Amino acid sequence: MGIPGSGLAKGLAVTMRTMMRKTVTAQYPDVQPDLPPRTRGVIALLEENCTVCMLCARECPDWCIYIDSHKETLPAADPNARARTRNVLDRFAIDFSLCMYCGICVEVCPFDALFWSPEFEYAETDIRELTHERERLREWMWTVPPPPAHDPAAEEPKEIAMARKAADKLAAAAAAAAAAAAEAATAEEGGES
Amino acid sequence: MNLLDTLLRCVGTLVAFLVLPLVVGQTEHKVMAHMQGRLGPMYAGGFHGWAQLVADGVKFVQKENVVPAGADRRVFQLAPAVALLPYLLVLLVIPVGPDGMVGQVVDAGIFFVLAVMGIGVLGSLMAGWASANKFSLLGALRTAAQLMSYELPMLLAAASVAMAAGTVSLPGIVDAFHWWWVPWQLIGAFVFFTAGLAELQRPPFDMPVADSEIIFGAFTEYTGLRFALFLLSEYAGIVVLCGLTTVLFLGGWHGPFEDDLGWLWTLVKTFALAFVVLWLRVTYPRLREDQLMRFAWTVLIPLALAQLALTGIIKVAIS
Repeated sequence: MGIPGSGLAKGLAVTMRTMMRKTVTAQYPDVQPDLPPRTRGVIALLEENCTVCMLCARECPDWCIYIDSHKETLPAADPNARARTRNVLDRFAIDFSLCMYCGICVEVCPFDALFWSPEFEYAETDIRELTHERERLREWMWTVPPPPAHDPAAEEPKEIAMARKAADKLAAAAAAAAAAAAEAATAEEGGES
Repeated sequence: MNLLDTLLRCVGTLVAFLVLPLVVGQTEHKVMAHMQGRLGPMYAGGFHGWAQLVADGVKFVQKENVVPAGADRRVFQLAPAVALLPYLLVLLVIPVGPDGMVGQVVDAGIFFVLAVMGIGVLGSLMAGWASANKFSLLGALRTAAQLMSYELPMLLAAASVAMAAGTVSLPGIVDAFHWWWVPWQLIGAFVFFTAGLAELQRPPFDMPVADSEIIFGAFTEYTGLRFALFLLSEYAGIVVLCGLTTVLFLGGWHGPFEDDLGWLWTLVKTFALAFVVLWLRVTYPRLREDQLMRFAWTVLIPLALAQLALTGIIKVAIS
């Protein structure tokens, strides 16, 4: 305990120090928050990439993704070939009143059609307005930030590492071939003289 | 000419009475917020919420004025005025600057001030008794008990200064002040200030209005403007207490350029003390009733008596 009253003085020092420090208040509507990359604000849809594989709708834990589609038959390019069919998206909607922002749909999408956007100001006064149809989801796409750069100390991405390995191997082979050719040439010269 | 002079002094005191408590209140909003890592009011009035208390006042005026059915109507309605007006009277006699810069010179200044400040507590007692509410009554009786214990050390500490100055007139005390009075009367200043805080029921001595146990003590049944007047009287009390401590213990208008800027020195010292009041409020938790009483009777009164003895000894030694 020490000197009597030292605890009281310590208390005064704490409040004084807090007063001197910067406050932690976020003045939200006036100052936009500084959001981290990969913020989960709203899900955007790049419908050009969507193949209506339904993976997102099936994996969604609370079934908040609604997808309608129909099949379209493309005329055969070649008289001997069969006519091809493909899926056409009719409706893609996410009900954000049900969504729990788990991000599984974004993870499972095999064709990069779903993205996280950091926008979060889409509150509505009517709960039905929270079901965003495909046009709205497509609009969110413009707010998706580019993916953040890799950590400087991070491991190289697999694709680049493999490509580099192959390129290194090729370069080594080429160098070896050049060296062999040069040696052969010197040997020939030596033989002549 | 004389009438004009009187009028001017009265108006000046009234303006100070209406403005200074609000300034203290606004400072409390801001200081408390920053001590808790917040910003406090930011919108009212545009610049850092400077008009927050004006907005609060407008809100209070709009509220319904409820008088409980079982209440003693007249006493209930009169209580806020009784709580508020004594501080106005005290403010009238606190000297601000040299050469008669004071609302009204009262020869027995200290007696007047201490007696009138005691009336303020009567306001909360009336409020508590007339409300016909058990929480109000509890709060009022706690107020009364607190006043009983803390008036004595406050009086003793003030008596020590009067003894040192050889006068009980407030301007006389400031005139007699020397810088070495500060260390000499340090204990007395501590006792006076602390006992004053307890009399104002400011945290950490806010047992009588402990809002987490007895709602708001004597003010439980009050709404609207009457409640606002009680709040205002608390802040007016802070101004008066800090002003008095400044005059009695910190040398009032004494400081560099005191002939021209004496009033400024009084104000600066008063506000520095008001800041300490707010600082204590933010820092310390509320004292329990028994701790409150023990602090008064076993700490403050012996200290005040010791100060009185010290003052007497030194006074005899230097004369």
